[in-house]
Amino acid sequence: MHPEAQTAAVSRRHFLARAVKAAGSICAAGALAYWFYDPTGPGPAIEGPTTRGLPVFSIPGSATKMSIVRGADRIKTLQLALQAIGGIEAFIQKGDRVLLKVNAAFASPPLLSATTHPQLVGELARLCFKAGAAMVAVTDNPINDPASCFGLTGIAQAALAAGAKVVLPQKHFFQPTTLPKGKLIRNWPLLQEPFEGINKLIGLAPVKDHHRSGASLIMKNWYGLLGGRRNIFHQDIHNIIKELAMMVQPTLVILDGTTSMMRNGPTGGSLSDLKHTNTLIASTDQVAADAFGATLLEKPLSDLTFIAKAAAQGVGTADFRALQPVMISAE
Amino acid sequence: MKITATRRICQIFFFVTFLWFCVVATLGEQWWQLRGWPVNWIIQLDPLVGLGTLLSTHTLYAGLLWGLATIILTILLGRFFCGWICPFGSIHQFVGFWSRRRKTVGPKVQSNRYHPRQSLKYWILIFLLCISLADLMLYLSVLPRKAPWVWGALVLAGLALITALAVRQTRVRPSKAIVLLCFTIGTWLILNVLWRGKTVLLPSAPLQIGLLDPIPLLYRSVNLIILPLMDRTALKIAAVPRYYDGTWLIGMIFLLAVLLNMVVPRFYCRFVCPLGALFGVLGRWALWRIGKTRAECIDCHLCERNCEGACAPSSIIRINECVLCLNCVDDCRHGLMGYGTAVSATGEIASPDLSRRAFVMAAVSGAAAIPLLRINGNLGSNWNPQVIRPPGALAEKEFLSRCIKCGQCMRVCPTNVIHPAGLEGGIEGLWTPVLNFRAGTSGCQLKCIACGNLCPTAAIRPLSLDERLGVNRFVERGPIKLGTAFVDRGRCLPWAMDRPCIVCQENCPVSPKAIFTREYFSTLPTIAPLVVKNASPVEIEIETEALTPDRYATGDFYCRLTDSRGTPPRKIVRNSARNLALAPELPFDAPPAPGSRLFIQIRLQQPYVDPERCVGCGVCEHECPVPGRRAIRVTADNETRNPEHTLLLRT
Repeated sequence: MHPEAQTAAVSRRHFLARAVKAAGSICAAGALAYWFYDPTGPGPAIEGPTTRGLPVFSIPGSATKMSIVRGADRIKTLQLALQAIGGIEAFIQKGDRVLLKVNAAFASPPLLSATTHPQLVGELARLCFKAGAAMVAVTDNPINDPASCFGLTGIAQAALAAGAKVVLPQKHFFQPTTLPKGKLIRNWPLLQEPFEGINKLIGLAPVKDHHRSGASLIMKNWYGLLGGRRNIFHQDIHNIIKELAMMVQPTLVILDGTTSMMRNGPTGGSLSDLKHTNTLIASTDQVAADAFGATLLEKPLSDLTFIAKAAAQGVGTADFRALQPVMISAE
Repeated sequence: MKITATRRICQIFFFVTFLWFCVVATLGEQWWQLRGWPVNWIIQLDPLVGLGTLLSTHTLYAGLLWGLATIILTILLGRFFCGWICPFGSIHQFVGFWSRRRKTVGPKVQSNRYHPRQSLKYWILIFLLCISLADLMLYLSVLPRKAPWVWGALVLAGLALITALAVRQTRVRPSKAIVLLCFTIGTWLILNVLWRGKTVLLPSAPLQIGLLDPIPLLYRSVNLIILPLMDRTALKIAAVPRYYDGTWLIGMIFLLAVLLNMVVPRFYCRFVCPLGALFGVLGRWALWRIGKTRAECIDCHLCERNCEGACAPSSIIRINECVLCLNCVDDCRHGLMGYGTAVSATGEIASPDLSRRAFVMAAVSGAAAIPLLRINGNLGSNWNPQVIRPPGALAEKEFLSRCIKCGQCMRVCPTNVIHPAGLEGGIEGLWTPVLNFRAGTSGCQLKCIACGNLCPTAAIRPLSLDERLGVNRFVERGPIKLGTAFVDRGRCLPWAMDRPCIVCQENCPVSPKAIFTREYFSTLPTIAPLVVKNASPVEIEIETEALTPDRYATGDFYCRLTDSRGTPPRKIVRNSARNLALAPELPFDAPPAPGSRLFIQIRLQQPYVDPERCVGCGVCEHECPVPGRRAIRVTADNETRNPEHTLLLRT
């Protein structure tokens, strides 16, 4: 073959190879552009999917029960209070997975009573296991650093000693949640992850003064389930407490008035803020528990608007006497 | 006509078009102002803008589809954009040509030698693209969990490709292949472990191509430097000279890029330009290419006298460096150089001169750059409330995934209130639009939606007036809020200095007003106690000459008796050193008794902001008479675009 013809053939082959590759790239570019073409651009931010409230944890069909026990020894008063409303077995069955929502809001020692007392956490966890619970977890989304809060309050140690799990909140534990009947809890991050696989919920809170809402008792303690920049809810504190109470339907609540924080709540910080009121309440009605808690704080119900609001929504009754609570003394 | 003359006409056409589009991006009613001119066309032709935003947002926004046309032509023809269209390239070419017009052939050829450092621009391209690519890679790495089918299809496609390559290439080293496979699987496993439990990644990767992409760079420079400088001459385009904050850096970079042509012609194009690098890669298989038609050559190097790309046409031509200026075709006295389908007779190099090491370095540093910057929490709890974005700007992360820092919004803003950010939004936010209410001619006009409708990438999305104002279909959502105004009571005249003012309240354009006032009568000190000597219901004479004549006649001053609590203060209409005349509409019922004590008060209206109504337009801040740091200032609190910056509870 003539050398020139040979180069021509080589060059033709090169050209064809190139043409195929070029055509391929053009097709790829065209396909990509077509696939991702967006003629309108982004619209206003749309709200993502949202979880509807929380499951119901109250025991269906059981009568509302409440007990009030006088005494300074939390372990004794807790045992008596539970016995008086049918024993822990009435609430916790074999194989139950229990979540204790404590108040671990501040990194302060149990002595200052700004948080749920560790003795109470340990004893309640022990009782749950005794009743056959498969798992007990303790959680809260505190105000101060979570690890410090659970550590310094003694709650973590007490829970672990009793064999319970401590669940510290993490960012991805919160999921946007909407209370269907609510106005404030709409697409708001809620501490959902610890509820995974849980079938019993017990609220465990101390009796405290609260400067904005009047009192921090059982219902206000659910605030610790909120995530995000939740403090904007202080602009409408009574309604957010009401909505939280509507959303959370616990198996049982324990309100600890052994030592009540009478002023400078919710942090306190001085022993002079505290008063030994020596009372512990166990109840299936959170509104009634709070209404009784108000008497320990010596506050009229009219000061604690959230109690009437929650009662009006049918969460419970503000007239705790109507429940004929069992009153006993441990002393 | 020579082909180079055609090229010059084409370059001039696109340069003039570019300038024209910059000039007409002016809000107004003249024919040469915004009249539907396609002012973004040249930005849209830039495929790096399209590719960058495609990587960062997984979408190709409207007009950016034009970039596809450029890509197709480049794949067919080579880097024609650089030599024929790019207005920045035209500037470089002109300056380079002009500064060497008297030079002889020798130095000219010397200055057009290929330099190995020309591969720097590929580093830059890889660096900039990997900034956006990192998120996509991460997304792909967790794809098996999210979408197993898509993942399976991708794996199959990959295997098919590998098989095809293995069949074609006989030299496959199993050891190397195994190492590579293990490395890939290992990386994938590690990524999956590190990112377990993370929520779905939203397609809003960071984007930084705007830093060095020549088209946004040139737009930024012309919009923010050249045209404002022109405004200060007789050629002024804007009615009022325009200011832009922190333009020294933009100006310096532009000047440097242009002046470097005097050192090396087309310095920016050869060494820096990431767009040119992209074209270099895309033009690898161009059907037509520059080259020698025959190998016999006397090596006169005349073809390199005006070679714009420094692509070594005299020896082994580097196709990816060739900008298709076609000067070599013109300059070759022997008719050797041609633009045809065959490769150069003396051979060619089609791929960039980039080692694997360089590639990995650029890619890794690009991928790491933004995560590194974002450790500072700028996008989270450490956000800067001084960064107030134009109306329609997306939430900060999404905004940063689209903004190319071209300055079109700043150019079109009728009140000159949009400025290029310095470091207030972090290094990542450099030259992105922020509102500066002190510098403009007013605040952000309530009934203006120009910036979003001009933004070529929808970093500021196009709003309708209805949406901006929150009317009709948008009543439920309410108006777009840029932030909230806060009164600084330590600097505000009626709050801190006993001076009436309320300019902010008067100028608040929101209806009903977002600023309201509360009346307050403030008692003023006098040099001596004012004791009544004689009085009628509307005239009071005091015992000492304690008053500055006419001082209290402004209509804002009132007087009141010590024991007159509960009765309104009386307005003063005139005064001399010892006499006060009161407004006849409200005389004293009984004249004050001689010996009673009198006080002078000033009536103040103290401003308050209603955060529910305030949209953060900044008109109040602009109008506030406190000249330095204003007594009412807007911060981005409660801005619509970032829901986590909400200030008020929705009730």
